[in-house]
Amino acid sequence: MNAALGPIKLACRNVWKVYGRRPAYYFDSRGYVIDPDALAERLRAEAHLPAVVDASFEVATGEIFVIMGLSGSGKSTLVRCLSRLVEPSAGEILLDGKNLLAASGKELIELRRHAMGMVFQNFGLLPHLTVLDNVAFPLKIQGKPVKEREARAREMIALVGLEGREVSFPHQLSGGQQQRVGIARSLAVGPELWFLDEPFSALDPLIRKQMQDEFLRLQRMLKKTIIFITHDIAEAFRLADRLAIMRAGKIVQIGRPADIVLNPADDYVAQFTEDMPLLRVITAGDIATPANGAALPERTIAADTSLEALIPQLASGVGAFTVPGLGDNPPALLSAGAVLAVLEREQARRTRE
Amino acid sequence: MTAPAAIARSPRRLAIAPALLPWCGLGVLTVLCLLLKTELPWLVNFPKQWTLPLASYINAVTDAVVAVIQPGFRALSALLDAPMRGARLALAWLPWPAVMLAVAALALKSSGERLAIFALATLAYILLAGYWPQSMNTLALVLLAVPISTVLGFLLGVLGYARPRLRPVLNGALDLMQTVPAFAYLIPLLLLFGFGPVVGLIASAIYATPPTVRNTMLGLDRVPAAISEAGLMSGCTRRQQFWQVEVPTALPQLLVGFNQTTMAALSMVIVAAIIGGFEDIGWEVLSSMRKAEFGQSILSGLVIALLAILIDRLTIGFAKPPETGPTRAMRWMTPRRLVLSLAVALALAIVIRLVAPGATFLPETALRTEMGGVNQWLLGIVRDYAWFFDGVRNTVLYCLLLPMRVGISGAATPAIWGFALSPTMAAVYFVLVLAVAGLAMRRFGAREALVVLAAGVILYTGFLGLPWPDFILAVALLAGQVAGYRLGLFALAGFALILVNGLWPQLVQSLYLCTLAVLLCLLIGGSLGVWAAHSDRVSRILKPICDALQTMPQFVFLIPALMFFKVGEFTALIAIMLYAIVPPIRYVEHGLRHVRADVVEAVEQMGATPLQTLLQAKLPLALPVVMLGLNQTIMAALSMLAIAALVGTRDLGQAVYVALGKADAGMGLIAGLSIAFLAILADRLIQAAVARSTAA
Ligand SMILES: Nc1ncnc2c1ncn2[C@@H]1O[C@H](COP(=O)(O)OP(=O)(O)O)[C@@H](O)[C@H]1O
Ligand SMILES: [Mg+2]
Repeated sequence: MNAALGPIKLACRNVWKVYGRRPAYYFDSRGYVIDPDALAERLRAEAHLPAVVDASFEVATGEIFVIMGLSGSGKSTLVRCLSRLVEPSAGEILLDGKNLLAASGKELIELRRHAMGMVFQNFGLLPHLTVLDNVAFPLKIQGKPVKEREARAREMIALVGLEGREVSFPHQLSGGQQQRVGIARSLAVGPELWFLDEPFSALDPLIRKQMQDEFLRLQRMLKKTIIFITHDIAEAFRLADRLAIMRAGKIVQIGRPADIVLNPADDYVAQFTEDMPLLRVITAGDIATPANGAALPERTIAADTSLEALIPQLASGVGAFTVPGLGDNPPALLSAGAVLAVLEREQARRTRE
Repeated sequence: MTAPAAIARSPRRLAIAPALLPWCGLGVLTVLCLLLKTELPWLVNFPKQWTLPLASYINAVTDAVVAVIQPGFRALSALLDAPMRGARLALAWLPWPAVMLAVAALALKSSGERLAIFALATLAYILLAGYWPQSMNTLALVLLAVPISTVLGFLLGVLGYARPRLRPVLNGALDLMQTVPAFAYLIPLLLLFGFGPVVGLIASAIYATPPTVRNTMLGLDRVPAAISEAGLMSGCTRRQQFWQVEVPTALPQLLVGFNQTTMAALSMVIVAAIIGGFEDIGWEVLSSMRKAEFGQSILSGLVIALLAILIDRLTIGFAKPPETGPTRAMRWMTPRRLVLSLAVALALAIVIRLVAPGATFLPETALRTEMGGVNQWLLGIVRDYAWFFDGVRNTVLYCLLLPMRVGISGAATPAIWGFALSPTMAAVYFVLVLAVAGLAMRRFGAREALVVLAAGVILYTGFLGLPWPDFILAVALLAGQVAGYRLGLFALAGFALILVNGLWPQLVQSLYLCTLAVLLCLLIGGSLGVWAAHSDRVSRILKPICDALQTMPQFVFLIPALMFFKVGEFTALIAIMLYAIVPPIRYVEHGLRHVRADVVEAVEQMGATPLQTLLQAKLPLALPVVMLGLNQTIMAALSMLAIAALVGTRDLGQAVYVALGKADAGMGLIAGLSIAFLAILADRLIQAAVARSTAA
């Protein structure tokens, strides 16, 4: 499934984070394989809190990987394990193939200074610094000269569209503006790996939409590898290349948005995604079938066009579309019947309620 | 701790019984004690021959220890003496125009033009009143004590932040530093450091350190997780994280600590005048009070009050910028302009000193030397209106103080109330108390009935007539039930210590004085608070008064009380109340104003009258906040005890004061610790009660 994506940037293998009196006690015996659910049950029974349960996934370079779950499901803890703001209780994290958990304090500081950026739900801006100084802060920490870091900070501020507010203090800005500063700051050192922990959850719905567009625009320009945390399912489906759904610390399903709505792993996921309109989530590429030498129709549409956008054309009598393949892949065929099947399925979901 | 668990597990009717059972036992004990009181007088008066001479043991130990370590401390004293002389000389050298310029510039930067004008007026007043040199001497001590306290407090605060395991020890030490009256540790300090202003400096530094420690811990604890994580993700080293992320974020809280430390240092520098004057303003107040020169007392007291307000506003201005943003004047005074102004002030000073090296430029005839007539006039007023002041005093004395002290049974004698208590009257009284208790039981519950019964007994016997085993057990039981058995044991141990040191009578006197002061403060302050909560105008009028009362060093409150009511317990009561009345006003108003609006609306919607809304919805909802105010009131009253001893009391404060006079380190420490014990006990008890009521 990852064939179309780039090389693996970050891999997370059987990561656990347990809060409680003696979490280490449960992970002493290396290599001893135990059923994660059973262990989690036992931990809960013995007054421990398994915030992350046996999380495994891989994130490809240039991908937007969204982690979604209700509040308290362990998303923040998981993303903090990935940046080692929280020390995992067990498991392995590979960054560019190197074991992140083995990095010494010094190496970790170096990694954070150059390879990672993070955006926080509550912005985390330093109240005593101006916008300019906040954005330049990571560079100041590295000891870059004033001129250089201010030039870079101005560049970043322009990137997020905050020119003219350089000398304002955080408390003089609106929430949306503050988060733009947070984004600019996290990008100032040019990291390849970008963590965003519910960056837009504290914002009003209208601003949130605007910031999501802005975020997609930035990503088209910058092509970072992104771990994006959210509890908002619409946001998740809007932004994700792939997404992971968490429940009580455990990742219950990983996949592309269409996989998840079409083949939910369990009732929980099904219920969770029940309100997502299939036609909007599923794209032409998701359901196109290989042409196998058949003649290709002249009407061509991009693979990431949502089915919703095809309805008018179907209505005007178009019977099939050509979906050009990504990279070297051959083009595929999308028939009206396939679209109508999805439509029927959506209808069935609606009436079942 | 066991009581709530029991309540939770079993049904309600049965559940109350286990918690109440000990109280029933206690009730039986009380009745027994009261009946046997005349046969067994030791039940009320702890016999002298049972006491232990702990104080003299302590003295023997201190004498031995002091002899050994004294040279080191004397050296430290000499070491501190140099900067102190330096600070005094520097402030004496600075001509007043330069000081005024510098302070006005700082005030402008801190809070704008209004404070600058206030600063100039204050300094001009000090100049004209003739207290400039004395004020500068006091300031010199403050200027030295504050950096010592700030640095020490910051280091301790960081230690407490970085090592949470040390917290309990640290908090205990801070509690002691803030609740043991300074008079108590002045004696050991005097023994160690020798007589001189250095002792005042050290006492101030000790007393002024805790606020910085507490605020440092608070500020660092409260750095939002997102900010410290953002710092870490920027790749901060540990040191960068501390100095560039945590400290700047906590800075507003640190500045609040600085403000509190400065005010504490000022207050203590003034109180330290008690060990002898060093030409400072505290000594001026004290000596003029002793000479009954009320004109001068008022003049110098006003100097202290104005200085305190000025320093408070100056330091708080840097901690909390106004909510509407800095004013024009504050923006105009950029850091660069501020430095420039200070440089100009210094240059001015140098020029003046070069031109006129010896001149002081102080006015020839200051107000203070013109006070003879005013003193006569004030004395005349007090004499002419003696009928009024004495009337007030006697009324309160006979109707409140005496019944609280010796009880109805003691006060109802022909000499005091004009009639003797017949057995029938006593019987009627007890029937009445029982009836009210029964009513309380039906209306509210067993706990309230218990309170009524206890109040009835105390009112009958008076604090002095209360059998001590009964009292100790009751308090320990209460502490144990409200806050857990450990506080109960703490109460037992503390009271036992007081008992064996023969300080029981003083303790009872303190309790009765404080209880009365606190009750009156709650009544008067609470009413004012309710009024202020319902009227913006009253709130606006009360606010500056409360602000001023709260900034005033404790010493100042003695002046008006002493002037009108002469030496005595009533005067002490007034002084304590003046100092302790602000918290009820503030907390009641705050609590009532911040009651959840939806609840009040719902109650009003049901058709409740304003009084019903207040009594049935607002006050119960505001109770936790009001309780915190009560806590503050008790702390204030207890901390005023030692100072109020100056106007003649017979309580623990007086014991400390007398020990200070006799250089009896042991007795001073024990009496001081007793006051601290009361304060800590009350504090823990109320906090536990608040925690329980908010958790429930
Ligand atoms: N430092 C901590 N100590 C103990 N429990 C924690 C800590 N941090 C988080 N938790 C618990 O871990 C669980 C997951 O929290 P979190 O990762 O913040 O969830 P989310 O970000 O999905 O809302 C929650 O139940 C939370 O209470
Ligand atoms: Mg979270």
